[in-house]
Order: sequence, then structure tokens, then C-alpha cells
Amino acid sequence: MVKNAVEISDLHVVRGGHDVLEHLDLSIGDGVTGLLGPSGCGKSTLMRCLVGVQQVAGGTVRVFGQEAGSRPLRDRIGYVTQAASVYDDLSVAENLRFFARVLGVDRQEVDRVVEAVDLGSQRDRVVGRLSGGQRSRASLAVALLGSPDLLVLDEPTVGLDPVLREDLWALFHELAAGGTAVLVSSHVMDEAERCDRLLLMREGRIIADGSPTEIKQQAGADSVDAAFLAIVRSDAA
Amino acid sequence: MSPRILGAVTARVILQVRCDPRTLVLLLVLPCVLITLLWWMFENTPYFDQFGPAVLAMFPFIVMFLVTSVTTLRERSGGTLERLLAMPMGKIDFLGGYAVAFGAVAAIQAVLAVGLSVGVLGLDVQGPVWLLAVVAIADAVLGTALGLFVSAFARTEFQAVQFMPLVVIPQILLCGLFVPTDQLPDALEWVSRVLPLTYAVDAMQTLTVTADTGDVWQDLAVIAGYAVVVLVLGAATLRRRTP
Repeated sequence: MVKNAVEISDLHVVRGGHDVLEHLDLSIGDGVTGLLGPSGCGKSTLMRCLVGVQQVAGGTVRVFGQEAGSRPLRDRIGYVTQAASVYDDLSVAENLRFFARVLGVDRQEVDRVVEAVDLGSQRDRVVGRLSGGQRSRASLAVALLGSPDLLVLDEPTVGLDPVLREDLWALFHELAAGGTAVLVSSHVMDEAERCDRLLLMREGRIIADGSPTEIKQQAGADSVDAAFLAIVRSDAA
Repeated sequence: MSPRILGAVTARVILQVRCDPRTLVLLLVLPCVLITLLWWMFENTPYFDQFGPAVLAMFPFIVMFLVTSVTTLRERSGGTLERLLAMPMGKIDFLGGYAVAFGAVAAIQAVLAVGLSVGVLGLDVQGPVWLLAVVAIADAVLGTALGLFVSAFARTEFQAVQFMPLVVIPQILLCGLFVPTDQLPDALEWVSRVLPLTYAVDAMQTLTVTADTGDVWQDLAVIAGYAVVVLVLGAATLRRRTP
């Protein structure tokens, strides 16, 4: 059996005096896993836990068998936060060259990731002058440097044009086929169909877990959106 | 600590400054303009020799404090710091990169300001002129360290700038420029001796009146000690895990 990329047990996170994640147990394996739920449900907090930048109140998070955030993991995880975490006053290529040096990867990697996110024609433009979608792709490119084993992407497709979104999902599947575990969050339910496995999240809990087809079948719904509603209602009942 | 990563941060910060002509002008030209203003104010009086050295000590400190507190705050709020700390980035690499980059900018600033004051405006210096520049650089690194530290307590750039009156102005008032340190009321003299800018101003003033550099090296040691302590405190405010 292949070991899961991420093993979470009894994870408990408190932010600003209230529980954001309560006793969460979860494992994430290969393929493209979608983390879906309304904004404020704890998706970003969960992702921050995987990367090891979130203070946790209890429980364990292990990535590739090691404690999340520990030193050997830091160049094996690509992480995209919701804010485009790049320097606005530098060009796309300058940003990438800097992060490549920090990670100690080859400069040729810069060309590869620029092409992967389709920013070739913008590479020498200052990031602050790019559109929101282009900036978030620049941020995604940073996460792809050095071909990490786990990609944690917090809403990477927000505000992108549908054609581009299509391309990015193709890229995620291509990476997954190459052995990278990909975790993508979104609050847009129509992206759910593109995932190998879905985690529906609400108020800090995972309320459904399975392939899109399984989830729809279990809830007796014909779309993931309807399934989400049905599950929430049956939970409340 | 990794020299490669520290070097990467240094190169990036310098690149950012170079890409920003306005900041570059503010960092390099403004101090020269202000020194010239001071010289002009005191035309035909002996006061330029008295105030000039203190002002040379203040510029690198104030400017680097401001620039660093705002830039590192931007790193904290823009998400780049979180991203870097999720990478193999040591805290010392991050802080050291900033200190080296702004130290280098300060070196250029110091050479220009000192060169102008001594070469053109006729500031009288008895000690070695290069040592003036060394004091200015140490002072700039101290300003950088304090800026890094303070940025941890500000949520917005607006707040960060407001720290200047709190951290910098008392030091200017008590550094010995307005009233010599030993003539201050006892309690204030004691405060003055705890504040690092006092030592920078003292070093600069000593260099203008005597060629004996023993006191200057002592002052420099105090400034460097402060810079190291504040950098370590700054490192303690950089948390990989945040709430």
C-alpha cells in the first residue's frame, strides 16, 4: 500500500478565540484532491497546517511521514497562499530567480515554470502591473519551482478566465500523473467535477469525502452543489 | 544559516531598491541636500562643525529605520514572509539579508554624505575620514535592526511610520545634540546613556575634535552590540507558525 502524503489526526486549531478546526482526522493521498467549501469554513487554515505555518492547539499533522513544517519538508512542498505572495516591484522572472535561489534549484527551472503557467510573454513585466489572474499565476509558478512532491494551492483559479482555468486544471492533473500529490481549494463548486477526490468542508468539519460521482450518488443529487446542500440539510435534521 | 539564502535575500532587496528610483533618490540624495541646508543655515557661524557630525550620525539611522520597518511589514502582510518561512529560509538568513543589503546602501549614503560634508562643505575632521563612514554604516545597520524589530508590532504601514516618533525622536532629543549628555538632568543622562544613538553621535563628534580613535572604537562596539541584540530580538518576532 502506498503511504498517504498527508496524515492528520485529531487536529484542533483555535483562531481569535473560537475553534476553526475541531478534532479533524484526514489523510490525503495521490492525485488531485479538491477541498471545497464556503469561504470562512477553515480551508485556508487547514492548508496552513499542512505547510506548518499555522499554530495548532492539538493533534498531529504528518507529511511524508514527518512532522508538518519540519526542515526536511520545506523544499518538498509548494504552497500558494490566497494572496499572490510575490514581490510587486519585481518582474516575474526576477521573482522566480529569487525564489529559485532560496530553494537552491537550477535557473533553468525558472523558464520551465514560466511556461507551465503560460506567462512566457509577461516574464519581464513587473508583477504589480499584471492583472490579478496573471499575478496569481506568477505566485503559482513559484510553488512549482523544484517540482515539489506536494502542492498546496489555496484558491489558485479564482478570477481566471475559463480557458486558463481549464489549462491549469490540466496542469494539476499532469503533475498528479507525475506523482505529485495536489491539494486544491476552491469555493466554486463547479470546479469539484475536475478533482479525483473531493473533500467538502463546512464550519471546520469535513462533511463529505469521496470521488465526485460517489458524493453525488450518496446524496442523491445530480450536481456537487446540490449534493453539498443535501448533506448540510440532512446534517441539520 | 545559509550563505546562499542570505545572499539571495540581499540581492533581492538591493534589486528592489534599484528598481525604485524615487526611494533611491530619497536614500542617497536627500541626506546630501539636508546636510547642505544645515551648512547654509550656519553660514558664517562655527555651528556647522558642531551640528554636522551629529546629523551625519542621524541620517543613516532614521532613514534605514523607516525603510526597513515599512519593507518588512510589507513582507509580513503581503504573504511573502509566510511563503519564505515555509521554504528552507532561516530567520537569520532573512534578517541578515536585509541588514547586509541596507548596510550596503548605507555605505554608499555615508560615502556621499561624508564626502560632501568634508570635501565640499569644509566640515573639520581631525580623525580618519573613513572611520566616519564606518560609524555611519554601523548606525544604519542599527536602524535596520530596530526597523525589523518594530515592524512586528505594526499591523499597517501607517502604524509602522508612527513608530518613528516613538523610537527615533526621543533618541534625537537625548543624543547630546541639543544638550551635551553630561549636562542633562541625572535621570535623563542615564536614559541618554542607554539609547544607542547617543553613542553614534558621540563617535562622530569625537572624530571631528580629536585624532585619537580609542573612544570611537568603544562607541562603535556599543552600537554593534545593540544592533546584534536588536537583530536577535527581531528574529524572535519572526514566527514560522502564526495564529
